[in-house]
Amino acid sequence: MTPRVRRPCSDGPAPTGVAAMKAIVRVMPKPGVLDPEGKAIARALGHLGFEGIGEVRAGKLIEVELATADAKAAREAAAAMAEALLANTVIESFSVEIA
Amino acid sequence: MRAGITIFPGINRERDMAIAFRKVTGKPPRMLWHQETDLSGLDLIVIPGGFSFGDYLRAGAMAAHSPIMGAIRRHAERGGYVLGACNGFQILTEAGLLPGALLRNASLRFLSMDCHLRVERTDTAFTGHYQRGQVFRAPLAHGDGNYFADEATLDRLEGEGLVAFRYATGDGRLAPEANLNGSARAIAGIFSGNLRILGLMPHAEDRVDPLAGGTDGLPLFEGLAAALAA
Repeated sequence: MTPRVRRPCSDGPAPTGVAAMKAIVRVMPKPGVLDPEGKAIARALGHLGFEGIGEVRAGKLIEVELATADAKAAREAAAAMAEALLANTVIESFSVEIA
Repeated sequence: MRAGITIFPGINRERDMAIAFRKVTGKPPRMLWHQETDLSGLDLIVIPGGFSFGDYLRAGAMAAHSPIMGAIRRHAERGGYVLGACNGFQILTEAGLLPGALLRNASLRFLSMDCHLRVERTDTAFTGHYQRGQVFRAPLAHGDGNYFADEATLDRLEGEGLVAFRYATGDGRLAPEANLNGSARAIAGIFSGNLRILGLMPHAEDRVDPLAGGTDGLPLFEGLAAALAA
């Protein structure tokens, strides 16, 4: 009996060296928007004995892998994602870094 | 009035809303799964409270981009009525159907308690069965109810009379201790420019039966049933 050859289950050829880029989207509360989380962290750091704590702001960092080798396109795509979903631009600002 | 209640994964007040609407219309509202897009025949779309999509990213952010929201946007553009309570209010701001945003409560604590709401305007479909300046009690149950908008937007909301409810003391005064979540200008609920979309944080739907602590919330639903009677 001939052993059955298992073929990879796939819709097409395996990706061959399509460079993936990582977009790092940093989302922060806008200046002037109350950040009670940052304030609570600052208080807790004080309670732990850390000295000289000024303002603390808490935000988010979101990494998105993108199947492109074009850094400019990756940056534009990530910025569009941030505008559409990752940040709420009423209360948050964002910046994009490509790695 | 034909009402439809939207259900997102993680929503938990849809039955409370259904009870409130059945009480005033005598018929069950239509329940709408978040992937539905056919809202034909409905006068009012209700987005209830809960924790849609686990509050991932920001409260309401995921639900605001689900398929039914496109249909709700078109419903609103046709002049349809929309009510969003608690997570529903957060979803409406995330979708851009109401201005501003709901931040973490200023105390950082989840609030599960009664509040007093002062009715700011009564010539709307939502508030017609209240008296202007009337104070009523409703439960709060949220971690992110601290209304925020920039100063220009707040001035516009007040100037155009789009503030629906404010957090107040039992006798109707505005006071820091009554503004439980720290909302800008003590705003608990706002209307859209055409007065057909209302978003509010407290749960009026949970005060429609004496057995559940009172009927302070009932005029909201009776008012809607009367205004949208067809």
